[in-house]
Amino acid sequence: MAAQGMHARPATALVKLGKNFKSAISLKKGDKIVKLNSLLNILSLGIKGGETVSVLIEGEDEADAAAAIDQFFEEELKDL
Amino acid sequence: MEIKGIGVSPGIAIGKACVIKKKQAAVTGILLIDDAEIAVEIERFDNAVLLAISEIESIKNNTVLADKDIAILETHIELIGDPQIKDDVTELITAEKKNANDALIQVTQNMIELFRNMDDEYMQARAADMEDIGNRILKHLIGADTLATQKFEPGTIIIAEDLSPSDTITMDLSCIIGFATRAGSTTSHSAIIARARGLPAVVGCSAALMDVQDGDAVIVDGTRGALYVNADDETIRQLKIKREQFIMQTAKLKQLKDTPAVTTDGTAIVLSANISGAADMDDVFYHGGEGVGLFRTELLFMNRDTFPMEDEQFEFYKQTALKAKGKPVIVRTIDIGGDKQIPYFDLPVEENPFLGYRAIRICLDREDIFITQLKAILRASVFGELKIMLPMIAGVQELRQTKGIIEKAKNQLSKDNIAFNHNIKLGIMIEIPSAAITADILAKEVDFFSIGTNDLCQYTLAVDRMNEKIAHLYDPFNLGVLRLISNIIEQANKHQIHVGMCGEMAGDPLATILLLGMGLKEFSMSATSIPTIKNNIIHTDMAEAKQVCEKVMEFDNPDDIKTYLQQFIK
Repeated sequence: MAAQGMHARPATALVKLGKNFKSAISLKKGDKIVKLNSLLNILSLGIKGGETVSVLIEGEDEADAAAAIDQFFEEELKDL
Repeated sequence: MEIKGIGVSPGIAIGKACVIKKKQAAVTGILLIDDAEIAVEIERFDNAVLLAISEIESIKNNTVLADKDIAILETHIELIGDPQIKDDVTELITAEKKNANDALIQVTQNMIELFRNMDDEYMQARAADMEDIGNRILKHLIGADTLATQKFEPGTIIIAEDLSPSDTITMDLSCIIGFATRAGSTTSHSAIIARARGLPAVVGCSAALMDVQDGDAVIVDGTRGALYVNADDETIRQLKIKREQFIMQTAKLKQLKDTPAVTTDGTAIVLSANISGAADMDDVFYHGGEGVGLFRTELLFMNRDTFPMEDEQFEFYKQTALKAKGKPVIVRTIDIGGDKQIPYFDLPVEENPFLGYRAIRICLDREDIFITQLKAILRASVFGELKIMLPMIAGVQELRQTKGIIEKAKNQLSKDNIAFNHNIKLGIMIEIPSAAITADILAKEVDFFSIGTNDLCQYTLAVDRMNEKIAHLYDPFNLGVLRLISNIIEQANKHQIHVGMCGEMAGDPLATILLLGMGLKEFSMSATSIPTIKNNIIHTDMAEAKQVCEKVMEFDNPDDIKTYLQQFIK
């Protein structure tokens, strides 16, 4: 996770990205799981810099979604 | 009743109050009786969400906004349409039979609590966003008028807790003659709008402001920083006189345009302007400016995706040099960092950005960026009288290191047979206390000083000038600050180098006689302030100014200094 944590700006971009796919996407931190379609829920996880989160994806376009989200975490997130 | 505040836009407005109150979310307590009502309430909520989103979309699309503001609006759009909020509201409507208003108020309250209790400062601050989006949906649920659609009577003075950027951007200002707000500082949005429109405004008013009622007779004194509510006849009479004087003064100052800035005993003073690009030059000459004391180059680096190349920078400086028609233009090298961020240059988030990686510190670390700018300025220097000024110099080592880089830039240009002014003048901004104290050492190595009072004041007093809570502690008339300024000017004069000032203080009429007395040679300010300062200068005698200065330095209370100096404003 980027140094400053999951702030509103990258989280907004992530929610928008998730909307491009039909798959059900969730974010998991510790034992908390939230759907990626809710910015409120993502922010309420309070993800901090250095913390690990997992992404759960299930649906017909799960492979594409996984690739896009991977890329988001690797590249785009650091620019936001 | 008189309410004190900070005058942020001068002049006096006499009119009727229109109080903008943020609607308090009142719980109705209504319980729904059947499924039909439940369906109606859910639909009402859905509609309010759609209206709230389209409202923000239209602000976003119809206004010129910084990227940062667009990002905030996008986050708000996302939150307003958030499925979790819809689920929670729907749940309260169906299970607890609350109406949409009450359900939303409760959900908003829960969100605010949730964020307030998080263990991260950033997330705690998001509680304000939750409140904002909750209120925005609620507003459409209640069907309340927005400021944008509100019609005002002619002669309206707006009284508000605070005006958000979206309020001030969309408000119909044609009938508004003044502002008074509880929150805000000289740099807040409402202050900037008021100054741009020439509307008297007072911000940071005391709590009594919230007792003002719609239709009260109010008078804004934006010059002194006060609001009068239902004033007695005598006060009104006096303020009317003051208003007439202000209007006459403004008209009189316009006529000073071509009058030279010379004191009664014949000492010529340079009056110049602070600009951000060639386009500002018309305004400088219109107000009688004799050159540019501070050309901020940041504009060139902002609102783009990559660093500008040397040729593009060269064009930018050249255009300004040409428009200045041979008048001196002091070009300040990149002053980013602190409160000025550029998106493509990945500056780390810092605990204390004003004490961090900024301005000359970045330039000395990133010679590639610096040398590109220096070469561009040098190339442009053949088209006018450009001078180079370095920001944030703390000591002589930085200065020497910079001189080495300038030499390198000159050598590269010479090698490529590119013309430049070999004798371009080099100066430094004195805005760090260590530089002010060692001005005698620095004066031996530069052609001029320019005193940056804004940063000098914040660094000397350890007061963050962006922090409203301690705004009252930020005071350039503090003796500590005045002694530093006095030392800078004295050392410059002793070493016979030019000394100017480009901070806010240069445009403060209260300080003119004092700075003249200290021996300041150039005052650089926003172009609109030039006539006022000129009027002070042409009525001042240097011998008197020296006496005033000596007297001021004996006071021990900044408030006494300001009271004393009041009488010398012409």
